[in-house]
Amino acid sequence: MAKVIVMTSGKGGVGKTTSSAAFATGLALRGFKTVVIDFDVGLRNLDLIMGCERRVVFDFVNVINGEAKLNQALIKDKRVENLYILPTSQTRDKDALTKEGVEKILDELRKDFDYILCDSPAGIEKGALMALYFADHAIIVTNPEVSSVRDSDRILGVLASKSRRAELNQEPVQEHLLLTRYDPERVERGDMLKVDDVLEILAIPLLGVVPESTAVLRASNIGMPVTLDEKSNANQAYTDAVARFLGDTVEHRFMKPEKKGFFERFLRRTA
Amino acid sequence: MSIFNFFRPPPRKSVAEEAKERLQIVLAHERAAGSSPDYLPILQRELLAVIAKYVQIDEKKVEVSFERGGDYSTLEVNIELPPPSNDKAARARGTGPVTGGDAKKPPAAAAKRA
Repeated sequence: MAKVIVMTSGKGGVGKTTSSAAFATGLALRGFKTVVIDFDVGLRNLDLIMGCERRVVFDFVNVINGEAKLNQALIKDKRVENLYILPTSQTRDKDALTKEGVEKILDELRKDFDYILCDSPAGIEKGALMALYFADHAIIVTNPEVSSVRDSDRILGVLASKSRRAELNQEPVQEHLLLTRYDPERVERGDMLKVDDVLEILAIPLLGVVPESTAVLRASNIGMPVTLDEKSNANQAYTDAVARFLGDTVEHRFMKPEKKGFFERFLRRTA
Repeated sequence: MSIFNFFRPPPRKSVAEEAKERLQIVLAHERAAGSSPDYLPILQRELLAVIAKYVQIDEKKVEVSFERGGDYSTLEVNIELPPPSNDKAARARGTGPVTGGDAKKPPAAAAKRA
């Protein structure tokens, strides 16, 4: 049975699209047939992050409106087997999404895929509501920063009241916290919220901590999901998170500052 | 060591700790507000108007709260009445609280609080 996952946050710019691309790629690398859908109608970006922007012909909204078939809009990733992208429209607005339209497409995708990952736009308006409505799992992307944590709390409230599972009185959407842009050195100095602080406030299970990393910008520049970037620690953090999501027990990493060798410390001091 | 510590400034709360405290306070408020029905402010205003017809009350001393429980929810209305001596004195002076004109005035303060 296919699972629908929403990547959401409330706040913009915390790394939803980066995380969607990385997570979907991670799931596909583990052998699950995965499709990642861009719900940010009018502000298409998942295609760029996934590096398939020049292959977009038809989009999500075209399929909803019956102007194209689902197969025509789905883009198969060239690097990873089992990975597909459903881009969104760049010209229309959020009202192009309807509950019925989205449901029809998700039902069709369910027959074929193991995981359907919905990349939510920021905010709590129509686009975001549509992205989370059908979710079985919600990954809440949060930065260790006050406005992001507050917005995450808000979106958790929305999930608990406006999702289909909430409306039908079913088992609630499973929540997972993905803490991104974490900087252990600033945490150590007392300048940044600790993982435990955010966990205490939001009170949802921790899926992973992704350290602030130069690899993320480098990967997006060339349209490559971070999970394909061999040695970066962001890659390892996302791969761990995917493994935990699939039920593996993986110890959390990247939560403490890296130990520096004597020479490194010496060099930094003199530099 | 203590003599050295004496000259040192007292340990200050880190900014991260302050962030956590601020978040906990603001979220406690927002979570409480988010679960109450949206008719509460209007209910509070209308209740106030009715009561003000008969008793002189302070708009700031009316509290309407809603608590959602498992099987039932409770609506709590808490109104603090002025001490009786004031009321009597007002009546004696002939400026009693039972005046239609006053009661119709929308209690702005109450609306703002809610």
